[in-house]
Amino acid sequence: MRFLVPLVAVLVLVLLAIAGAGAHLQFLLGVVVPYAALAVFVLGMIAKVVGWGKVPVPFRIPTTCGQQKSLPWIKQNKIENPSGAGGTFIRMLLEVLVFRTLWRNLRTEMHGTPDNPQLVYKSTRWLWLGGMMFHWAFLIIVIRHLRFFFQRVPGFVQSIEHVDNGLKFLTTYPAVTNPGKLSAALHGFLQVGMPMLYVTDILFITAVTYLLLRRIFIPQVKYMTLANDSFPLFLILGIGISGVVMRYFHRVDVVGVKNLAMGLVSFHPVVPSSVGSIFYVHLLLVSTLLAYFPFSKLVHFGGVFLSPTRNLANNSREVRHINPWNYPVEVHTYEEYENDFRAKMKMAGIPVEKEED
Amino acid sequence: MYNGGKIILGLAIFVGLIAIPFIKGATGGTAQPNPSTDTPAIQKLAVKQCIEPTTYMKANHMEILHKWMDAVTSGATNTTFTSPTTGQAYPMALDTCFGCHSNKKQFCDRCHNYMAVKLPCFQCHQDPEAAGASGGADSNAAQ
Repeated sequence: MRFLVPLVAVLVLVLLAIAGAGAHLQFLLGVVVPYAALAVFVLGMIAKVVGWGKVPVPFRIPTTCGQQKSLPWIKQNKIENPSGAGGTFIRMLLEVLVFRTLWRNLRTEMHGTPDNPQLVYKSTRWLWLGGMMFHWAFLIIVIRHLRFFFQRVPGFVQSIEHVDNGLKFLTTYPAVTNPGKLSAALHGFLQVGMPMLYVTDILFITAVTYLLLRRIFIPQVKYMTLANDSFPLFLILGIGISGVVMRYFHRVDVVGVKNLAMGLVSFHPVVPSSVGSIFYVHLLLVSTLLAYFPFSKLVHFGGVFLSPTRNLANNSREVRHINPWNYPVEVHTYEEYENDFRAKMKMAGIPVEKEED
Repeated sequence: MYNGGKIILGLAIFVGLIAIPFIKGATGGTAQPNPSTDTPAIQKLAVKQCIEPTTYMKANHMEILHKWMDAVTSGATNTTFTSPTTGQAYPMALDTCFGCHSNKKQFCDRCHNYMAVKLPCFQCHQDPEAAGASGGADSNAAQ
C-alpha cells in the first residue's frame, strides 16, 4: 500500500498523458493543465507560508550545539549557537545550501557481545549525500530548463549547462580525438553521443533511486514510510526518467517544446504539432508535482526558511520574550497586603516593612 | 502575521522569480525560429523531402549526423546511407546536407540560436556559405 498505490497512481498519470496526447487533447495537457498547476503551486505556497506566519513563536527554541554567548572570556560558537542576526543568517545559509543538520545525522547501534553490550553512535551521512545530490541536481536541472522560457537564453543558463556537460570528454568525438577503448565502449553503450550527457541527469536519477530504495529495503525506514513519502519519489523519478528518455533515446522536437513554453509565458499559448507524447507525459508529471507541492511534505521548500529551531537567535538570556497570548494576571503584592492589614499585623506583633501608610 | 516584513519579502522573491519569464515573455515577443528551406537546390526538387520525414529530422538529425561521423571517422567500409523515406543512397557526409541546406544562417542557426544549442559540426567543418571565399566546402574535414 505504501509503495504500490503511489506507483500505480504515477503509472495512471503516465497513461493519461499518453491517451490524452493520442486523443488530441494537446491544448488541455500543454496549456490548461500547466497554467492551473502553476497557479495552484504559487497560490498554495503563499497560503501555506502566510498560514505559518500567523502562528506566534513566542519563545526562542533554536536547537543549538555550541557554546552559548556567556561571559566575555568564554568563547561563543557564533554559528551553532548564534545570539544575533549575522550568526543566524550563516546558520540558515548552511542549512539551506548544505543541509547542516542532516550532516550531523547519527545512527544508534548495539555493538559488543550479549554479555557486554555497547551502545554506539555513528555518524551516517548516506542520506545527507543522497539529499545533496538530489536537491542540487534538481536545482541545476530546473535552471537548465530556463532555456525554454526565455527568448534569448540567459548567459548563466548556458554557463551552467557547459559545466554540466563535464563528461563531454568521454563521449565527444571518441574516434577522432580520443580513440580509447573505454570511451568508445561508453559511447556505444550509452548512445549519448550527440546530445551531451549531463552529469546532473546521472546524479539526479541515481539520487532519487537511492532515496526510493532506502525506503523499500531498510526495514526501519520502510516502517516509517507512508504513501505520501513514496508518491513524490515515484513522481519525481517518473519526471526524471521521462526527461532522460526524451533527451537521449526517444527524442522530441525541442523547438516545438520551446514554442509551447514561450507561448505559455507570453500568454499567447500555441500547441506545436510535432511534439511526441513522451513530452506530454513529462509535462503532466511536472504539473502534478507543482499542484501537489503545497499540500505535501515537499513544502519544506518554503518551510525550511520558517523553521523556528533554525531561524531564531538564541538570545533568551539577553532579551525578555513575552508570550503574546499571556492574559493579564491580577496580582496582589506584599506591599498592598501589608497596607490592607498593617494595623492588625502590628497588634498581633508581626513585623512590618513600613511602620505607617 | 508575525515577522510579516521578512515573510512577505521572502514571498515577494519567490513570486518575483517565477514572474520573470512571464514578464519577459509578455513584453519581449516570442518570434519562432522558422528555419528557411528556401534554397535553389530545394526549389529544384520535385518532392521536397529530406532523407527522413520532417518530424523525424527535427527531433533526430543530430543522431544521424553523429552516426555518420562515427562511421566515417572510424573507417567503416559502408559509408552510404540509404534513406528508407526517399529510397535513394546518400554519401555519409555533411556535404550531403549542405547540398540542399546551403543556408546555414537561415537554417541551422535559427533553431540552434533559439535553443542556445552549440553546433559542434563547425568545430571541424566549414560553413558552406563562408567557404566560397576560401575555396570549396569541407576543406578542413577532408583531412
